[in-house]
Amino acid sequence: MVAPLSQSRGEFPCPLAFSSKTDHKASHQLRHSKDRPMKAAVIVFPGLNRDRDMIAALTKIGGVAPAVVWHQDADIPDVDLIVIPGGFSYGDYLRCGAIAARSPMMDKVRERAAKGTKVLGVCNGFQILIEAGLLPGALMRNTSLKFVCREVKLEVTNTDNAFTSGYAKGQIIRCPVAHHDGNYFADAETLAALEGDGRVAFRYAEGTNPNGSINNIAGILNAEKNVLGLMPHPENLIESAHGGVDGRALFAALLDKAA
Amino acid sequence: MTLRNDIEITPQLVADHGLKADEYQKILDLIGREPTYTELGIFSAMWNEHCSYKSSKKWLRTLPTTGPRVIQGPGENAGVVDIGDGQAVVFKMESHNHPSFIEPYQGAATGVGGILRDVFTMGARPVAAMNALRFGAPEHEKTRHLVHGVVAGVGGYGNSFGVPTVAGEVEFDARYNGNNLVNAFAAGLADTDKIFYSKAEGVGLPVVYLGAKTGRDGVGGATMASAEFGDDIEEKRPTVQVGDPFTEKRLLEACLELMATGAVIAIQDMGAAGLTCSAVEMGAKGDLGIELNLDKVPVREEHMTAYEMMLSESQERMLMVLHPEKEPEARAVFEKWELDFATVGKTTDDLRFRVLWKGEEVANLPIKGLGDEAPEYDRPWVEPKIPAALAADDVPQMDVADALLKLIGGHQCSSRRWVYEQYDTMIQGNSVQRPGGDAGVIRVLGHDSKGLAFTSDVNPRYCEANPYEGGKQAVAECWRNLTATGAEPLAATDNLNFGNPERPEIMGQLVKAVGGIGEACRALDFPIVSGNVSLYNETNGQGILPTPTIGGVGLLPDWQKSVRIGFAAANQPILLVGGPALRGTHLGQSIYLRDLFDRRDGDAPHVDLAAERKTGDFVRKLIRSGVVTACHDLSDGGLGVALAEMAIAGGLGATVVDVEGHDPLLQYFGEDQGRYLLTLNLDPQGDEIAALWAEAKALGIEAPWIGTTGGTDLVLGKAKPVSVAALTTAHEGWFPNYMSA
Repeated sequence: MVAPLSQSRGEFPCPLAFSSKTDHKASHQLRHSKDRPMKAAVIVFPGLNRDRDMIAALTKIGGVAPAVVWHQDADIPDVDLIVIPGGFSYGDYLRCGAIAARSPMMDKVRERAAKGTKVLGVCNGFQILIEAGLLPGALMRNTSLKFVCREVKLEVTNTDNAFTSGYAKGQIIRCPVAHHDGNYFADAETLAALEGDGRVAFRYAEGTNPNGSINNIAGILNAEKNVLGLMPHPENLIESAHGGVDGRALFAALLDKAA
Repeated sequence: MTLRNDIEITPQLVADHGLKADEYQKILDLIGREPTYTELGIFSAMWNEHCSYKSSKKWLRTLPTTGPRVIQGPGENAGVVDIGDGQAVVFKMESHNHPSFIEPYQGAATGVGGILRDVFTMGARPVAAMNALRFGAPEHEKTRHLVHGVVAGVGGYGNSFGVPTVAGEVEFDARYNGNNLVNAFAAGLADTDKIFYSKAEGVGLPVVYLGAKTGRDGVGGATMASAEFGDDIEEKRPTVQVGDPFTEKRLLEACLELMATGAVIAIQDMGAAGLTCSAVEMGAKGDLGIELNLDKVPVREEHMTAYEMMLSESQERMLMVLHPEKEPEARAVFEKWELDFATVGKTTDDLRFRVLWKGEEVANLPIKGLGDEAPEYDRPWVEPKIPAALAADDVPQMDVADALLKLIGGHQCSSRRWVYEQYDTMIQGNSVQRPGGDAGVIRVLGHDSKGLAFTSDVNPRYCEANPYEGGKQAVAECWRNLTATGAEPLAATDNLNFGNPERPEIMGQLVKAVGGIGEACRALDFPIVSGNVSLYNETNGQGILPTPTIGGVGLLPDWQKSVRIGFAAANQPILLVGGPALRGTHLGQSIYLRDLFDRRDGDAPHVDLAAERKTGDFVRKLIRSGVVTACHDLSDGGLGVALAEMAIAGGLGATVVDVEGHDPLLQYFGEDQGRYLLTLNLDPQGDEIAALWAEAKALGIEAPWIGTTGGTDLVLGKAKPVSVAALTTAHEGWFPNYMSA
């Protein structure tokens, strides 16, 4: 186990209630400050439940609490990174992520992504990005037909992007998973493009594929490599209380911090 | 007054409502007239066993429920215990046995939903869950189906809601063939000055309905859960509720936001007996009347009758009394979360429970009478027959290593990974110890170092043989499991599962088990702050094993100092702390006898509560001093199984030396109580360990150095070595193999 990070043991300043207004002025000012911290926003749809975990990770690693954007808010503040966390948006009573993907908020995310803002979707967030057409393929029910929560091994398959540059190419890291529908599938042509263009970010390694994903795919990038979706939860392995810190490098790279 | 009364109240109708003739007479005496159909439904909902505790109340009163840290004991939605720094842990355990047998997925899911609601109704955000599950014999035709459904239902609800499941129990026994048990526990965190209660205050204030709409599901559920099963069980499926964790998650967020506005005077979730029970409880506790107008209740389907609305057990609903001036603010919160918000009534000063429907008054009952006048029974009971102790020389022989492999790979002692990997055990990012150890441990948000430990325990074999000692043992084992992580046990919740209390021998089990629980809780300063009683767990006259599940909560000043069960490093001394000098002596009611020789004889092991406390306090002190690298309590399967579990969890072997001249089978598989295995980061020849032994000796605690960690094999004295790999394969194999067979 890596040495505990003493500064990360305590409470994080997590907003308990979601504001329906975002302070655009503040973020605008930050944007023009020379060594401003990287700004992040976490989008919250009803039914998501790893939002607090994600907010804690971004706060502990970035040193600044992210903006929390309620799905009905008018806009997303001016940020460098938009995160859609995990959970069960709208109960996942349709296909996972399908309802959130069709919300006006996702139009805004799509616009930002097109302008180059980095977008990270974890678990249900990954499912939402796929349903919204920001990433290709499909996430099907796990081959076990059961929810699975355990730790797996991930290979960092490509590092020439803003998300995984903090890892070494081919590095094997630990990471928890917790999902019912993480079995990635894409047609042969899409798969060839993903593999050929270095768009597979993470692969389940050492025989730990928990869901039957094709090519052991755990996380993929869009063609421009500014959108990453992954099923595992790096936000749940960032401090000694989690039993490891293998997830830190992802956030550290995105937030321009040392891991 | 023209009360709607167009359904004739016949003796058969009264009986169908689970009311006995004398109970019906009591209703007639109380209201001075024949009840309407709706009123009969209300009485049946309030006076059934599940809601009124009429058979158990007399005995529950004997339990210790107070203590310096107890803020709220039994009687509210959940118990509340002070954990310092202005924070409190709010927790309860509750059964959903009957519905889970009829419809395993929804029965288990709504059990989880109900207990989570109990916790956040008090103003606490749920931070941990546990489940104690008991199923019939593995070979019984229904068992696999029930395990599949119940585990998926628990996971389906808890995972979506977003609470980590940190501990639990799964056990099989033929005596649960016709009645499985689903005991769901939840704990939440709240500030001590922001706890919310169900007692209504103020006359003429709005009674507000929040959450999901009312449908026809679960009508009569609590009455169903207060009866035995027969062959008509399939017909009872419509009495099972359907869960919607997405709505519950929104209800949680909306309630906590609403509470923060200061609008809430009183709050009560709608659980068993729905609108009836929640409205009556709020009014009766506040010495107020309640008037409900059912035309205002949000409904899922048209043409529901007053009777159906009053008895519906639709889930994810709340009733509140609000400050009227804050109603717009409250409404805005619920509209944001897209939940129903409707003012359905008001508080009154006439102490009546009045229900209006389509302009008619369909019920007008004395609100205090519904609760306070509920029947209470001192049911006849007989002293349980305690089986004779085993003869000292009655030790059926088997090779020690073979026995260990069989037990560790059997249904009782094998890994529950197949189950707990279907539960989200790490959501919220605070799970320091996840399932698979002695207790789950989480860190407390809002504090630098504090942690909480959770465990649920009972040994139904012991309770069947000797209900008093079994009751004591359940509490002691729970206390022990918390101690084994380094936690200070704070308080407990009890979930008492028994058969039909109208049978004196079942009532005898309940009386004696509650007596034993009370004695142990007093001796260990471990008060019961909440709980639930589930009776009539019986099918065609066959009752379950008496199963008083104890859910315990402990406090760790520093979670970084909590220890786990796995061997941490090689060449560390292993100490067996507590118990007799001969290590193991008691085989009566052991897993060794039951699972290897199909014998269920002998008395249950007795718990010496003074020794239990002394030993536990000593172990906790050692853990907190930092010299302990692993700790595990001894339970099913005794020393041998405990050593194997530590070896498997640590991926490391050990060599243990026998006590000369004492049967190794007793040493390794005896289930004597009050014992812990510890590994230490101390030199076994050094001064520090000598001082430790001197202290143990002065206290009269056995703490022999029985072996040393290291290697790839577990070597139990002269028995043939067993590789840790073989133990692991056996331990991990049973459950997945069984479920895929």
